[in-house]
Amino acid sequence: MRVVIAEDAVLLREGLVGLLERFGHTVAAAVGDAPALLAAVAEHRPDAVVTDVRMPPGFADEGLRAALELRERHPDLAVLVLSQYVEQTYAAELLEPGNGAGIGYLLKDRIGDVREFVDALDRVAAGGTVVDPEVVRQLLRRRRDPLARLTPREQEVLGLIAEGRTNASIAKELFVTEAAVAKHIANIFAKLDLPPAADGHRRVLAVLEYLK
Amino acid sequence: MLNRTALEALTQRPLPFLGSAWPWRCAAYLLAAAVPGAAVGAAVFATIPLGVVAAPVVLVLCLPLVAWFERRRLRLVDGVPLPEVAGGRGREAGLAVVTVLALWWIDLVMLGFTVGGPVVLMLSPVVQPEAEPGVAAAGSVAGVLLLPVAAYTITAWGGARGAMVRAMLAPQGSELNEVLRSRARLVDAFETERRRIERDLHDGAQQRLVSLSMALGLARLDLPDDSPAGRMVGQAHEEAKRALAELRELIRGVHSQVLTERGLGAAVRDVAGRSPVPVDVDVELAGRLPAPVEVTAYYVVSEALANLAKHSRATRAAVTGRVEGGTLVVEVRDDGVGGADPAKGTGLTGLADRLAVVDGRLSLSSPIGGPTLMRAEIPCA
Repeated sequence: MRVVIAEDAVLLREGLVGLLERFGHTVAAAVGDAPALLAAVAEHRPDAVVTDVRMPPGFADEGLRAALELRERHPDLAVLVLSQYVEQTYAAELLEPGNGAGIGYLLKDRIGDVREFVDALDRVAAGGTVVDPEVVRQLLRRRRDPLARLTPREQEVLGLIAEGRTNASIAKELFVTEAAVAKHIANIFAKLDLPPAADGHRRVLAVLEYLK
Repeated sequence: MLNRTALEALTQRPLPFLGSAWPWRCAAYLLAAAVPGAAVGAAVFATIPLGVVAAPVVLVLCLPLVAWFERRRLRLVDGVPLPEVAGGRGREAGLAVVTVLALWWIDLVMLGFTVGGPVVLMLSPVVQPEAEPGVAAAGSVAGVLLLPVAAYTITAWGGARGAMVRAMLAPQGSELNEVLRSRARLVDAFETERRRIERDLHDGAQQRLVSLSMALGLARLDLPDDSPAGRMVGQAHEEAKRALAELRELIRGVHSQVLTERGLGAAVRDVAGRSPVPVDVDVELAGRLPAPVEVTAYYVVSEALANLAKHSRATRAAVTGRVEGGTLVVEVRDDGVGGADPAKGTGLTGLADRLAVVDGRLSLSSPIGGPTLMRAEIPCA
């Protein structure tokens, strides 16, 4: 997979390049600000973009805006946005319905869990939707009434669904069988009154839509 | 009670008032108005033959003198010292112009009518020799009865004149405004400093910790989990992640990036989303508000939600925000145990102080047993 990275901290940018290359990806370009990101995508036509939210020149939300602009220009481009803090506002803007598949919003902290991080990027590139579990946790807290009916295990599964995991991946994470996961998911969808869907990212969007 | 101005003296009981020096002082005050009026009038008339320009020049030259006289005269009806204010010279000149052109003869007319009327009545037998003796006597009695009324009228006008002069020389709140402005500057300075700290932590420590965590994560891949080195690296990795999470919370408390970029509504929704108590947010604002208003309102809401999570034992809370008639009204309510008391902690007084800087107000209703409603009003102008 060919990736363009946008991150203004040099140390972290070089680290990300090394990390992705180690997992067999090609980093077409690694840039330090939003205009350079737009230019690099136009030039290299990568499969995926990994970008920071806050970047020069204004050190505001340039990265997020660039990501939204890129999605508009190239609807097939997978975009993974890394944020310093979990801001529901940014996540909501990025995951706006209609923005389609291949979107991810993760805390920068997750980079440390290298394997999961690369997995998340792979899922986004494959057209999935990945939402940081922290965002889901906050949304869960807000909508308490029906969610209170979920068992802790079901809440855990819901969090993993939001990360765009497949049933197999969830089963592996929780050390249970896939059948058990399917049963949990069926219960969750029933309790939240959501139509079950097989498609990975549509599951996430359905959950998020409900949580809004 | 010590009366320091003529207007304050009016509030006494009638007998002590009539027996006091205030009516006389006010009469003297009003009578003294003739001095600048007559003097300046005479000076101007005297100079008219010298040419068209001379009269206004004399008038202008007289102004400082008139202002000085007005200041001195004020002591008759107002014993409170006048503060020195910025732009005092311009104010004095304005007062002098108004005095010379209008106030002095109004003072004299007032004095003439209020005192002259009763005096003429009392002298009825003398001034109206042709009237019947009974009518003349009744007029004299009426005149005597009207004298105390005249004392009130004179004192009221003298006091009002004094208040007018005071207002023109030293508008109310001029010193207090200065204090508030310096407080606003301090708050601004704090806000700038907070943003700088946030930027430094974000660009420095946080990025390095992410890099460190990533390096440790990569190292872990190469080390078997059960080797001593693998265990150590794993431990270090967990520590780094914890430090990162703590730093993240710390930075967020220092300054809200979303507030700066997306405004109050989004920032309140974010802070409410992080609250351990479920919070319903209903903030509808037409657009962005002035930065100090947004920062203050955000501060109020985050402090209120933090307090609520700590003390209220609430199961549910709600935040509403609206602009009503140019004032932002923010309300935070919860279904907790109530009993919030500004006297018990510095939190609520801190909020009130913070609001005072932007001319805002904080009101609180928190009976024991709840519920608690906190309301902050901030003018947006």
